[in-house]
Amino acid sequence: MSRVFMKGCEAIAEAAVRAGCRFFAGYPITPQNEIPEYFSRRMPEVGGVFVQGESEVASISMVYGAGCAGTRAMTSSSSCGIALKSEGISYCAGARIPMVYCNVARGGPGVGSIQPAQMDYLQATKASGNGGFQMLVFAPSTVQEAVDLTYAAFDYADRDRNPVLILADGVIGTMMESVELPPMRSDEEIAAIKDSKKKWTALGHRLGEHVDIEPGFWSTLDQQKWNEEAAALYLSWEKDLQWEEYCVEDAELVIASYGISARIAKSAVNLLRREGLKVGLIRPITVNPFPYKAFDRIDYSKCKAVLDVEMSIPAQFVKDVSVAVKDRCPIETCLCSGGNIMSRDDILAACKKILEA
Amino acid sequence: MEELVYTRTKAVFENAVSGFCPGCMHSTVAKLIGEVLEELDILDKAVCVKGIGCCGLQSNYFAFDNITAAHGRACAAATGIKRTNPASLVFTYQGDGDLASIGLAETVSAANRGENFSVIFINNGIYGMTGGQMAPTTLVGMKASTAPWGRKPEEHGYPIHVCELLNELTAPYYLERTSCNNPTNVRKTKKAIKKAFQNQLDGKGFSLVEIVTGCPTNWGTDALGSLDFIEEKMLPEFPLGVIRDKSKED
Repeated sequence: MSRVFMKGCEAIAEAAVRAGCRFFAGYPITPQNEIPEYFSRRMPEVGGVFVQGESEVASISMVYGAGCAGTRAMTSSSSCGIALKSEGISYCAGARIPMVYCNVARGGPGVGSIQPAQMDYLQATKASGNGGFQMLVFAPSTVQEAVDLTYAAFDYADRDRNPVLILADGVIGTMMESVELPPMRSDEEIAAIKDSKKKWTALGHRLGEHVDIEPGFWSTLDQQKWNEEAAALYLSWEKDLQWEEYCVEDAELVIASYGISARIAKSAVNLLRREGLKVGLIRPITVNPFPYKAFDRIDYSKCKAVLDVEMSIPAQFVKDVSVAVKDRCPIETCLCSGGNIMSRDDILAACKKILEA
Repeated sequence: MEELVYTRTKAVFENAVSGFCPGCMHSTVAKLIGEVLEELDILDKAVCVKGIGCCGLQSNYFAFDNITAAHGRACAAATGIKRTNPASLVFTYQGDGDLASIGLAETVSAANRGENFSVIFINNGIYGMTGGQMAPTTLVGMKASTAPWGRKPEEHGYPIHVCELLNELTAPYYLERTSCNNPTNVRKTKKAIKKAFQNQLDGKGFSLVEIVTGCPTNWGTDALGSLDFIEEKMLPEFPLGVIRDKSKED
């Protein structure tokens, strides 16, 4: 372990390198340019490959190719760039090719604003491409957590032969924090990981042992069977659920929030607790699958409301919160959007309004 | 003593019955690719990245590693494979819609980077599997299901000449256009494929072989008629020959 002071994007890239990522392809877009820039100078040091793709569409297909050949591979982008990658993400899911990608999200549809936001929640968690596939989606709220989740993401991707998404935002990507970096995987470990995939990867095989990687089927029965197997995989992720529960036990108001909004909300909880107000926080870390059961831990006989705090207008995360709360108490919202960062004062005011009502 | 003068390539499944239309040349090219892989003794190194469309049907025949890329993205996927596994013999197998329309950016960019893989480009001037829509290489005046009165330059522009377009770039090593409309041209096509693969083995960079083929089903001809169409209509628009060969400069 080593402690360093790093910018979020660069820390994510370094975590990937340490996890054994040896191929990165990406296309410039703010606010994640430091990820491809970091890889471009870091990959040659570790015998990895960096390619600046001609587009997001091409970059994700390069990652698909590298993944088909057994290399731990990654791409990153932001919001509208991620939308372009949805073609290749779906192909990776359809052909069961492991890969990791990061969305350093920004605000609004179209080109949107380049400042931090959480406007891609439904795209990230429900439909990141055509065809109804699912992915493990992790939402870090600190640079340290972004590092740890990125490092683990490669293991999840290989375990499931499925894409994994790190859903960050412009704050996580661009702020600098002190982080403990995970250990560097050795060349031997990386070679062993690649070797373990030899049976299904397209590296060239002897006659009679050839591999055919297809992101689809001619036979409808084969496609249905594949869909059923994928659905079973997605159900198995219940064991991978992660969330943070903070001061929930006696809470009269519970904030539901994720990512950078949740970090700001947590500091609001601390201030309110100092004033004697019983406020708690539930912060999903896996946002797909969603830790619905975390909300069963709320004592609804005491809880006046759940306050959804997110940097999205219209609210998106609230749809999952609503499924989790199951009408056991009212749900209020505290929102901002367009690249405006959540204000702690707004959260404090929203909490007090509910508690004093 | 009997002398064995011909045997079918092991690179194409022995029990495969062609599902291609009568007169289609995908099966001819599959055979040529297989023979070249065997002659160069690289069958166990080969990875084909297939485009979308009739090209994808080759997975029913290729007895070596192959993957399907997203429509048009074969050159991008091949970049990912070859860069991380330089020991593999990587080639894309793409039609005209895949390579020259939806995938033009990926094709030009891979060629411009001088990627060390090979491209087999099947140009029959029409979308096959989807049912005869206009392709970027459809001839002027040629009817298509989305150009029912024929390709009009004022509305649709002109056929794209991929080899000539790529010849504007500095990096590509070898560009040749061949056909499979007669035995001489079939032999020339095989030679070109072999050269493209050998270039890759020698680390020379980007090679592309454009093969002008027929699509009797969507051209509305019979198999023999498609051979005439190639000779009389396609080849004047897409003249055969070596467009670029840097080995001459080596």
